[in-house]
Amino acid sequence: MTFLRRVLALVMKEFMVILRDPRSRFVVIVPPLLQFFVFGYAATFDVTRVRCAILDQARTPESRELIARFDGSESFRVVRYLQGAQEIDAVLDAQQARLVLFIADDFSEKLLQGQPADVQLIVDGRNSNVASVALGYAGEIVDRFNRSWLASKTVSAGGVRLDVEERAWFNANLLSRWYVVAPLGGTISMVVVMLLTSLSVAREREFGTFDQLLVAPFTPGEILLAKSLPGIVFGIVDSLLLVAGGVWWFGLPFRGSLLALVTVLTLFMASIVGIGLLVSSLSMTMQQALLGAFVFVMPSVILSGFTTPVENMPHWLQIGTLANPLRYVVTALRQIFLQGSGVADVWPQLWPMILIAVLTLPPSAWLFRHRVG
Amino acid sequence: MDSPDRHHSGQSGSPNAIVLKAERLVKVFGQKGKTPVTALHEISLEVAGGGVTGLVGPDGAGKTTLLRLAAGLLLPSSGSISVLGLDATRQAIAIQSRVGYMPQQFGLYQELSVRENLDLYADLQGVPALQRPERYEKLLHMTGLAEFTGRRAGQLSGGMKQKLGLACSLIKAPQMLLLDEPTVGVDPVSRRELWDIVNQLVRDEGIGVLMSTSYLDEADRCDRVVVLHEGRILAQGEPKFFRETLRGRVFTFAPAPGRGARFLQGKLSGTAGVVDATIRSGRVRCVFDAVPSSPDGLVSCEDCLDIKAVEPNFEDAFMAMLPHQELPVTPRALHAEEGAEQEITVQARGLKKVFGDFEAVKGISFEVARGKIFGLLGPNGAGKTTTFRMLCGLTGVSDGEVLVAGKDLRRSRARARQRLGYMAQIFSLYRQLSVLANLEFFGRAYGLHGRKLAERIDWALDEFDLRTRQDVQAGDLPGGYRQRLAMAVALLHEPAILFLDEPTSGADPLARREFWLRINGFSQQGVTVVVTTHFMEEAEYCDTLLIMSRGAELAQGTPEEIRNLVRSHANPEPTVEDAFIALAEGEIPGQLIPNGGRP
Amino acid sequence: MTTAEATRMRLRGFVRKEFLQILRDPSSILLAIVMPVVLLFLFGYGVTLNPTRVPIAVVAADHSDFADDLVARFALSPYFDPVVVSSPQRAQRLLDDGEVDGFVQIRENFSSDLLRQGYSPVQIIVNGVDANRARLIQGYARGAIQRWSAVRQSRGEQPATGGVRLQAHIRFNEANESRNFLVPGLIALIMTLIGTLLTALVIAREWERGTMEAILVTPLRLHELLLGKIFPYYVLGMLGMLFAVAGGRWIFHVPLRGSLVLLVLLSSLFLLASLGLGLVISAATRVQFIAAQISIVAGFLPAFFLSGLLFDLESTPWVIQVVSHVIPARYFVEISHTLFLAGNIGSVLWPASLALALMALVFLGVARRKLSKRLE
Repeated sequence: MTFLRRVLALVMKEFMVILRDPRSRFVVIVPPLLQFFVFGYAATFDVTRVRCAILDQARTPESRELIARFDGSESFRVVRYLQGAQEIDAVLDAQQARLVLFIADDFSEKLLQGQPADVQLIVDGRNSNVASVALGYAGEIVDRFNRSWLASKTVSAGGVRLDVEERAWFNANLLSRWYVVAPLGGTISMVVVMLLTSLSVAREREFGTFDQLLVAPFTPGEILLAKSLPGIVFGIVDSLLLVAGGVWWFGLPFRGSLLALVTVLTLFMASIVGIGLLVSSLSMTMQQALLGAFVFVMPSVILSGFTTPVENMPHWLQIGTLANPLRYVVTALRQIFLQGSGVADVWPQLWPMILIAVLTLPPSAWLFRHRVG
Repeated sequence: MDSPDRHHSGQSGSPNAIVLKAERLVKVFGQKGKTPVTALHEISLEVAGGGVTGLVGPDGAGKTTLLRLAAGLLLPSSGSISVLGLDATRQAIAIQSRVGYMPQQFGLYQELSVRENLDLYADLQGVPALQRPERYEKLLHMTGLAEFTGRRAGQLSGGMKQKLGLACSLIKAPQMLLLDEPTVGVDPVSRRELWDIVNQLVRDEGIGVLMSTSYLDEADRCDRVVVLHEGRILAQGEPKFFRETLRGRVFTFAPAPGRGARFLQGKLSGTAGVVDATIRSGRVRCVFDAVPSSPDGLVSCEDCLDIKAVEPNFEDAFMAMLPHQELPVTPRALHAEEGAEQEITVQARGLKKVFGDFEAVKGISFEVARGKIFGLLGPNGAGKTTTFRMLCGLTGVSDGEVLVAGKDLRRSRARARQRLGYMAQIFSLYRQLSVLANLEFFGRAYGLHGRKLAERIDWALDEFDLRTRQDVQAGDLPGGYRQRLAMAVALLHEPAILFLDEPTSGADPLARREFWLRINGFSQQGVTVVVTTHFMEEAEYCDTLLIMSRGAELAQGTPEEIRNLVRSHANPEPTVEDAFIALAEGEIPGQLIPNGGRP
Repeated sequence: MTTAEATRMRLRGFVRKEFLQILRDPSSILLAIVMPVVLLFLFGYGVTLNPTRVPIAVVAADHSDFADDLVARFALSPYFDPVVVSSPQRAQRLLDDGEVDGFVQIRENFSSDLLRQGYSPVQIIVNGVDANRARLIQGYARGAIQRWSAVRQSRGEQPATGGVRLQAHIRFNEANESRNFLVPGLIALIMTLIGTLLTALVIAREWERGTMEAILVTPLRLHELLLGKIFPYYVLGMLGMLFAVAGGRWIFHVPLRGSLVLLVLLSSLFLLASLGLGLVISAATRVQFIAAQISIVAGFLPAFFLSGLLFDLESTPWVIQVVSHVIPARYFVEISHTLFLAGNIGSVLWPASLALALMALVFLGVARRKLSKRLE
């Protein structure tokens, strides 16, 4: 009973300190909102309406048909027609267009003769991703053009072709917004919880209140419990709100089980609180804690698969990401939202987070008393 | 390059010329959404060259504001201030290249060595390279830092930092020196050395010095004193003038054997007509609001052995001058546990602490009996705080043993800490929480709840006069009230042992007196008190003392025993401070008084 | 001593102090030296937009030459790491379990269709969860299939089918390596870190420790104070930039096609804008903790997400595009991409540099106005 009362007093105090401190209130409210919209809208690898320039030397109905397919697609928008090949460099250099479609004057001739008619696509490679994606789009358009062109002709004997049918599962329209928004709640609340917990012990150390706690009849376990609870609670509330925001604002589908969602978030927050408290216990001032949190947050976001896939990284780095709790929650949230996974399906993502929490929480409790200034 | 510096010292005119002049100076600090605070109300003041002018007053009197205005760091709200005939508003740069200023937080770069700090300020003040070797040599010699030029400022002791700060502000032989509490938190030896440096400067270079101080005994060393209180000048003049007005109003009372000075002090401070009662050299020193007809009649002879009229000092005058506050009487009952009077509650044996290869505490032993006040004295960096933290279980012990109420706090269960109260050196309560929320939290932390908790909070609010401020955020409390709240928190759960780390550091004389009266009361009710302090006169309030320096014990015993170490014909009534200086300088062998302080 | 000499002496002393402090303070070293190294490696290795050796399944129920040839095209492609399975169900399960990122389905009557009708549908199914990756995989798969036709034609196994043949040339980044795109942008992050975050922190620390008060009462002029604060961090930022250029060149083989002199000049403009922002922040707050938070929210996050460093701005909603125009990093990323990959192209560099110069002027001007030699 006394144990409960004491811990309750400690937990209440933690909440009051967070809610009364304007800096902590700021951390809980402003950056998450800002990040929600910035990530939701700006963090996308989708490429739409790529500005392209056309150099059509053929000027035939066939060439115009191909150009119309480019201009009519969602993916491209023709911004300029060039008069000669000498203009290509200038247009690309000055970024007036990001690619130039060059149709030579023998285009229709070759096409009508049944020979391969080459068209040149000159792409600005400064943004490698835009270049890759635009190339993919162009290939698709040319494919469709060929199909309808050949369909209108009788097939020459012995000539065979493959009709490519493409389908994307779980995300039929290939919207990357869902891909970004699904793990957004976890990522943003990680930043919040990391800041809150990393500051919690450091703030008390800086203001000397931590000594008061250590002198009072609290055990390190009680302090650990009281320090972790607010982080976990704020983290879950924050991420659930952001998840709801994602569903409501960005139209994110929710296909999995709520139980799995809550389980994943709880374990994730426990692991983050563990790391945050470890950083906090090691820091003597709030500034150190903040820098510590910053140094942890940045690589963990980059190496989580949140923005760029872990599979693209070199093998040694992929192994390194196994220690990153965000990696698991990002994977798990995408599975739950987009693939409709349940608790059993995300189990491979759950136990590593439990392991991280178990490895970080006790050392930080030990450090409460043993960190020497 | 070689053109002679026009502003070189010694050319600042006659030594008694006016170096600083303030006329109807007003400074108001306004913050959005808060009521403006007037820090200075129409101050008019003149400071003469060739001497030291002391700026004395309690916290918040406006001392720092006045110094900053003089240095051109703040703009006056109205009125004017000029330094060396230059207007501080319009000619700030000119003032800044002629004046040495030492802020309260010494402006030293902790990462830079002594030499590098000197180089920096020499560059900033434009000291020609040719003049530097001579100037450095002089300053380093004067401050005793010559051996430490390669050491980082952050690794110097408090006293050395202050001396380096002073050296930096003297780098260009300024024509005037502005010093903001240069001696705060510095041990008596360093304090005396700082004063020697300042006096030498005044003598050799004839400069004017304006310094603020919260040590009232320092005012006696000034040529002139200005007393500030709540932004107004209460009085100014030579210290002699202040002392004269008190002639015949100061007496010391020797306590009767078996009565104790603290008991007598408690009694006298509640007596009508007494403005101030302190313990000095084992006697109770009383200041009366007027020349008393017969001081003998004030106390019965069973309490008091004899009464002597004594020479007044500045502190007496200062206390008599301040608008008088009712000092609290003995605190109401605190239900500390009953127990045998002789029971040992705190015990340390061969206590050692090693950080890396640095021995912070080198084998300290002592015992404190129940209901006694035990003082740990020493300069900054002597190892007081480390020893103190080991006692409370906040730091591990490298070697030796600590027992508090028979238990080792670091190893025993958390419950063992139930019986102690703790007050940290800096204000360390939750600043974001209200007074009431702080009390509630700490009450619950110690297992109080329900009616008991409400009762104790009621007690604390009344006892420490916090009721009107119970909803104020602790961080917004004025200094004195913060300290009361900290103490209320420490006492809320009626601890048997009270640990106080520099509880009076930074507090003004009034608050310090009030504090000690309370502590007295609690000890009389059986609470054991362990306290650290660097105010030597506060040692008189303790039952036993341990004086530390560089991690080792210099002496241990009752205040009487400590004083007796230096009693001589030249100094028949020494103070603890005299003893401390003698001990620290090795004039008398450091010794453990046999059975000193042991019951 | 003349005024100029006195000024030089004050500046020299102040700058030397600043360098000594940076070198001896762990948190400065962390931000100025450790973080750039970490960032370079994160961007060089951690952030890769090019999928390689993508695990896919190829469902080949047909064992004709046609089909084997097609499977071989996937096996030979550097982009794929195919496993051949015999049933679509098996491939689906692999996809569901995340073992493969997609599968290619060659129908049972693939060869008979081809022989009879002259064409046969081939299905490419990808896991669309990561849309970008899915799109790239689709593109690679289409490439592999086209290669099948091309190879057969060149071997004379079938006459040309005619139709349009796309010949792509990627300018400035021939191999289309994402590193070449990411490493130049990294300089913006390093400079924001040093120019804004570190500068704001260091000045706030001077306030917190009371050293600012001691500096302000010396005859140091305000513009000297500003210069003394700008110069060391300018040097550090430039070193960070050169470090990124060197690392990019010798570790990650990123070309530098424009002139290094121009890069130094134009990154100076950006660095000055970042420094200006750092100074403005430190004029607004004297607490390290708040300074760090504002720098991260106002400097670092926009430099990362709203600059085109990683995410293409043109594809974002117009609001974001409008907002990005007030972010200095946006202009610098444009400059950096162009100078590294394209060369000295005036039509890109001029407008961006002017914008940066304007921002640097505004920020430094505000800092000059906001900072004063008084404590208020």
